[in-house]
Amino acid sequence: MSSGTLYDKVWDLHSVADLPGGPTQLLIGLHLIHEVTSPQAFAALEDKGLPVRCPDRTVATVDHIVPTTSQARPFADSLAEEMLSTLERNCARHGITLYGLGSGRQGIVHVIAPELGLTQPGMTVACGDSHTSTHGAFGAIAFGIGTSQVRDVLASQSLAMNKLKVRRLWFENRLSPGVFAKDLILHVIRTLGVKAGVGHAYEFAGPAIEALSMEERMTLCNMAIEGGARCGYVSPDQVTFDYLAGRPEAPEGEAWDRAVQWWRSLASDADARFDDEVRFDAAAIAPIVTWGITPGQGIGVDETVPTTEQMDPADRPIAEEAYRYMDLAPGSAIAGVPVDVCFIGSCTNGRLSDLQAAADVARGRQVADGIKAFVVPGSEQVARAAEAEGLDQVFRAAGFDWREPGCSMCLAMNPDRLEGRQISASSSNRNFKGRQGSATGRTLLMSPAMVAAAAIHGAVTDVRNLAPAEG
Amino acid sequence: MTQSGPFPQGTITSVNGRAFALRGDDIDTDRIIPARFLKCVSFDALGSQAFADDRQELAGDHPFDQAAHVGASILVVNGNFGCGSSREHAPQALMRWGIRALVGVSFAEIFHGNCLALGIPCATASSDQIKQLQAAVSADATASWSLDLQACQFRSEAAGEWGVGFESGALEMLLSGRWDATSQLVARDAELKQTMAALPYLNGF
Ligand code: SF4
Repeated sequence: MSSGTLYDKVWDLHSVADLPGGPTQLLIGLHLIHEVTSPQAFAALEDKGLPVRCPDRTVATVDHIVPTTSQARPFADSLAEEMLSTLERNCARHGITLYGLGSGRQGIVHVIAPELGLTQPGMTVACGDSHTSTHGAFGAIAFGIGTSQVRDVLASQSLAMNKLKVRRLWFENRLSPGVFAKDLILHVIRTLGVKAGVGHAYEFAGPAIEALSMEERMTLCNMAIEGGARCGYVSPDQVTFDYLAGRPEAPEGEAWDRAVQWWRSLASDADARFDDEVRFDAAAIAPIVTWGITPGQGIGVDETVPTTEQMDPADRPIAEEAYRYMDLAPGSAIAGVPVDVCFIGSCTNGRLSDLQAAADVARGRQVADGIKAFVVPGSEQVARAAEAEGLDQVFRAAGFDWREPGCSMCLAMNPDRLEGRQISASSSNRNFKGRQGSATGRTLLMSPAMVAAAAIHGAVTDVRNLAPAEG
Repeated sequence: MTQSGPFPQGTITSVNGRAFALRGDDIDTDRIIPARFLKCVSFDALGSQAFADDRQELAGDHPFDQAAHVGASILVVNGNFGCGSSREHAPQALMRWGIRALVGVSFAEIFHGNCLALGIPCATASSDQIKQLQAAVSADATASWSLDLQACQFRSEAAGEWGVGFESGALEMLLSGRWDATSQLVARDAELKQTMAALPYLNGF
């Protein structure tokens, strides 16, 4: 059993009671909601005649269904319009803060809460979206929940939960140039598999993690869920505090000093006990590209699609299915695979540093003929910050579309979608069959810089080999 | 079509009301509520959409469309009822149509769990008994039936009584009223306040 880890400390601080039958009632410090998984939860609450327990601990935004071209109301899609106006009504009725379109603070829920300083170390964070693990980057315990649990949090500011085991993933050395947090987590998932994390929280630690920026740590924790771990986290340190200082919802003055002291005390102890540990050499990781239909089917950009002989027998049936669906032959190189659509965005890689990394590749170059390439900033704040640096101009000059913030083609609940058997280079997090809006559409996951490189060449390209651009 | 009676709450020791049969094995959740109805903002409309495609195909002859069944609250089904996708929308649709209990040969596991979360008991009996039961409820649509969770019986004055089974954990939760996580959580508000009072970030650090 783990002890002395951040997970243990935060769990104990938020334990309300032991419930009959075994689970613990866990207080939720920050509840984030959006338009897709909240409406039925509010309806259920009203069926039960219950009020929202702590409206001031719930914050709402809109992201999943919003169009990224014109955001004028009412939306062309009447169902999307209804979902949005329902959220507006529910928030108004229950006194919940909603950062709507044009508020200056709207965006993907996992992008806006950190940038507003809502997400802080030592919190428990819940949201009806599996990528809530993102917030673990701050040393919060953050996990996705289903609609009936959204109802429970609204009603009681708590959840019935069972405690997880804690696995430490330790990373020696540093990532190499051209290799990003996205590659690191894709490497973890391809090494351990998509189910390895079930029943576990992942603690990311070691010199390579300490060297990551907060935005990179968010990318890392974001995809813990793709490795099966319901939450992933990094112990808070000076990088965390520097990011939070001065954010709108962060404490100020003397409260700030007390907060930092408390936050420091929550980091995993030097002699903390973990249920188990896996060690990696960060310097040995190459840019990763997925070739299949699960996020675990990834390879280095300089590798070839694995043959069934190279894999565990248990992995073969899904590999066979992936070869057929993706139309990629075992043993063939992933570099040079032509793509049709290039998508930069999502809660995994839609932050300013992601756009900067992609713009560095796009600057002074041109998107290849016939490629549809577009950039969807993760939030209104990200969009304005990028525009202030002229990144929108860099992208536009290179032939990318520059869009309004939202989830967009990460899950294609809005009009951004693949058509037919199109293949995308995507900075998002899931390459499941049909995920990007076409039942036969195909997705190659990679870092934003790699997506930009794919857009320039019209095919999967090792971003490390790109000659410096002129101009 | 939707019954307006209160949704289940607290301890559930029996469900009383009229009953009717829906015959067929392996009725999946896609049939109970077709996928296109999932893009919705509330479960409210689901009641009238229960079995939408099956009902359209049968043009008024589906058991959910028959006037005699309106207001009934117990559904007698066959084997592996509720298989397929895990959508909570399926038991929601049945509940909002008015169903408060199911009696059948067997239920798919996830569907059964979703029913429990809504306080809908799922009783089982052998396939021969279910055939007899389906005949009995069909013989008189106006008869009152009682699904008694304490006695593990399904009975009506006119037609007699049948022994039924329940999954033991589920039975205990329904009888004790602990099937509903929300009410358990809401009940411990004093402890919740204590936990909140001790957390620096909820108290200005
Ligand atoms: S960007 Fe994708 S993964 Fe992230 S919240 Fe939106 S839909 Fe979910």
